[in-house]
Amino acid sequence: MNLILIFISAAIINNYVLVSFLGICPFIGVSKKLGSAVSMGMATTFVMTITAAVAWLLNKYILIGLHLEFLQIVSFILVIASLVQLVEMFIKKVSRPLYDALGIFLPLITTNCAILGLALFLVMKQYNFIESIVFGFASGVGFTLALVIMAGIREELELADVPAPFRGAPITLIVAGCLALAFMGFSGLI
Amino acid sequence: MAKSKISMAQEFAKGLWKENPILRMVLGTCPTLAVTTSAINGVSMGLAVIFTLVMSSLIISLLRKIIPNEVRIATFIVVIATFVTVADRTIAAYYPEISKSLGPFIPLIVVNCIVLARQEAFASKNPVGRSVIDALGMSVGFTLVLLVMGSFRELMGNGTVFAHQIMPLSFQPWMAIALQPGAFLTLGFMIGLSNWIIAKGKRV
Repeated sequence: MNLILIFISAAIINNYVLVSFLGICPFIGVSKKLGSAVSMGMATTFVMTITAAVAWLLNKYILIGLHLEFLQIVSFILVIASLVQLVEMFIKKVSRPLYDALGIFLPLITTNCAILGLALFLVMKQYNFIESIVFGFASGVGFTLALVIMAGIREELELADVPAPFRGAPITLIVAGCLALAFMGFSGLI
Repeated sequence: MAKSKISMAQEFAKGLWKENPILRMVLGTCPTLAVTTSAINGVSMGLAVIFTLVMSSLIISLLRKIIPNEVRIATFIVVIATFVTVADRTIAAYYPEISKSLGPFIPLIVVNCIVLARQEAFASKNPVGRSVIDALGMSVGFTLVLLVMGSFRELMGNGTVFAHQIMPLSFQPWMAIALQPGAFLTLGFMIGLSNWIIAKGKRV
């Protein structure tokens, strides 16, 4: 039950993009086409789930174990960067079609602040190992959800007559504002 | 190099408007949206970014000839992360309430695209003085946008700016602007407005 609550809370109520403002760059950059939005979402969910597990172990046994908590930021970012590289090599070897589908999006994930944010939230919320993995997976699902909704709207937006100064990023942000308004409706769910 | 012809003053000024990181290049949007719930939060975030960006540009520019090209991104990130840790610990020690309201967004300066982009595009290719001026211009431009956004959202959501009452007490706070949707809407309209001003300037 607790795990389900964590899942709903991370995926919908505290949606990373629309409520916590994490991962806005890919949200604006990769939401033009539905297909690439789905690939990016999948890649991010994958890396987030693994990051949650690794960051939890790292924090518990190395950083807290050796009283090196002040190295959190440096060590998390290094772990994420090498993890993304590792995941990329692994997928390339194991599943060529998946690798081709994710393509350029994998390396880009390193600079997605949602991943580092996830690692920092984990430490703050003091989840146990299983809860952390569920939290990481749910965050990824929430990110994918926001990205896919946005991509769907933007495909329609191509046909709309937007005033010239508002084309591109501004109208995307304004649409995101309306989406955030809708997601605020979930805030009383739990 | 064509770039070295422009003066130091222009190098500084380009970050304020012409190449403003938020309005013109749409970089670093996450902290912009998240911390501008009040003017003071926006400015504290801006100051943390000024410190981090200037210090990392200084170090990267000094080391630019000895950093191997293959590992430059990793080197940038480690240097940036070091200064972010210094800023984070300092704020947590001296201003605990600001540190609390900014939440994870001070540590997240590490992955702020503005900081990394300036190292990659400028500090790793230019002399020290010029890199520091460029970093200063960019981060001050960032801070100005945060200040304007934070002031507007605080004014609309709470009737105050820097906790001084501006609106008459009968003013009904416009809560949505202080909450998440307002962040997206305000930034969207600010970028649209700056596009409009630039397009208008070109036509005249």
